[in-house]
Amino acid sequence: MKLRLCLSNICKSYGKIPVLYNCSYSFDNGGVYVIMGKNGSGKSTLLRIAALLETPDIGTVEYYSEDIPQKHDIELKRRITLVLPKIGIFNTSVYNNVAYGLKIRGMKGKDLNDRVRDVLNFVGLSHKIKQNALTLSSGEAQRLGIARAIAINPDFLFLDEPTSFIDEENTKIVEDIILQLKCEEKSTIVMTTHDKSQAERLGDTILVMSKGRLNPI
Amino acid sequence: MISDIAKEAISLILHGDKELLKIVALSLEVSGSALIFSTALGLPLAALMGLAEFPGKTFLVNLINTFMGIPPVVVGLVLYLLLSRSGILGFMGLLYTPTAMMIAQTVLSFPIVVALCHTAIVSVDPIIRQAAEALGATRLQVAMTVIREARYGIISAITAAFGRLMAEVGAILIVGGNIAGYTRVMTTTIAMETDKGNFELAVALGIILLSISMVINLLICKLQGKKGSFRTL
Repeated sequence: MKLRLCLSNICKSYGKIPVLYNCSYSFDNGGVYVIMGKNGSGKSTLLRIAALLETPDIGTVEYYSEDIPQKHDIELKRRITLVLPKIGIFNTSVYNNVAYGLKIRGMKGKDLNDRVRDVLNFVGLSHKIKQNALTLSSGEAQRLGIARAIAINPDFLFLDEPTSFIDEENTKIVEDIILQLKCEEKSTIVMTTHDKSQAERLGDTILVMSKGRLNPI
Repeated sequence: MISDIAKEAISLILHGDKELLKIVALSLEVSGSALIFSTALGLPLAALMGLAEFPGKTFLVNLINTFMGIPPVVVGLVLYLLLSRSGILGFMGLLYTPTAMMIAQTVLSFPIVVALCHTAIVSVDPIIRQAAEALGATRLQVAMTVIREARYGIISAITAAFGRLMAEVGAILIVGGNIAGYTRVMTTTIAMETDKGNFELAVALGIILLSISMVINLLICKLQGKKGSFRTL
C-alpha cells in the first residue's frame, strides 16, 4: 500500500541561521511534486528531512500507510530514497552500484541480476554494465543515481536537483525517465529544480520554497 | 673489494644458502604475523574512530598519531621490562622468543595501521555515506560501504606498516636477543655481521630487504594510481 507523507511545523537551523520555519505540507496525491526556490532556500534540507536522513529541530515527519502512522525504522527508510545532487557513486562497477540497494535488502541470484539489467535498460545504461561507475560522464552518473534509486521500487523517490550539473541532452533523458516513472505510478516523486519550464513539464504539483516554508504556486 | 663482497652476496642468494633462507623466512613470519594481529585489532579501531562520535575521540586520535613515531628501542625496552623474569609478564617465559618479537612488532605497527587506516576512512567523500544511508543501508552496512570505498588507502596503510616492520631492528633485537637459528632475523643479522666484518651475508640480506621494500613500494604506487585514476562523482 502506498505511503503518504505529512510534514508538520518543521523548523531547522544550522547554527544561528534558520533554514526551515514552520514548514508544513502533505504529499498525498502521488504523482510528481516539484519544489522550486532560490539557492539556500532550504529545498535540499527539506528533502533530507523528508527522506529521514536528517532530523528537524522542531516538527514532525510522519509517513502513513492506510492512515496508520509508520514507525521511523529501517523498514520504513527502505521504502523511501533520495538521489543527491552529487550522486555519491561507489567505486565499483555500474552493475554493483545498482545492485547495492537490492543486496542490502537480501535480493540475490537471478532475481537480482534480472532487476539490475531491467533498471539499467530503463535508464539506457545497459551497455555500461561492467564499466567502473566512476568513469561515467556526469549525465550518465545522474542516470545511474536514478537507476540505483528506482531499482529498490521506493514508495517515495526524492530527487534533489537531478539535472543541475548535466548538459541539455542528458537533461532531456533524465526528464524522460521521470515522465516514464510518473506514468508507471509506482512512486510518489518529489524533486527540486531551479528551472521553471522543467517544473511545468514534469510537475503535477509545483511548490515554491520561500522564507523557510512551502507554498503552492 | 666491494665487487667481491657483492659477488659473494649474490652467490649466496642464487644458491639459496640455507642459513640465509631461514633468516628471511623468520623475518617474514615475525613481521607477517605482527601485521595480521595489528590489522585485526587496528582496522576496527580505525573504523570506529573514522565513523563514530564518542567522548575522547580527539584525544585518542592524537594519542595514536603520537605513538606512530614511537622509537622502536623504547618499545623494546618497555617489553623487555615486562617480559623479563622480574617483570609482571615474566612468568610467561616469552623473552628471547619469536613470540616476543611478534608482540614487539605488533605494538609498533598497531598505531601505524590505525592512524593510516583512519586517514583512509575519513578521506572517503561523506557523500558516499549519505548515498548508502539514502539507499536504506543500516549503520553497519554504511560502515562496511565506507571501508570498502577506502580499500586502496587501507591496503596502502597495511603495506606501509609491513615495510616499516621488515626494516625494524631496535625492538626485536632487545626482546629477541638475536639467537642464531631461533630469533635471528634479517635486520639483526645485518647489524651483527657488519660488526663482525662479515659483509657477504649482510649484503645478501640487504639486497633481499631492498627488494622486498621495492616490491612494497611498487604495490603502494600501483594502488595509489588505481585510486587516483577516477574522479569523484
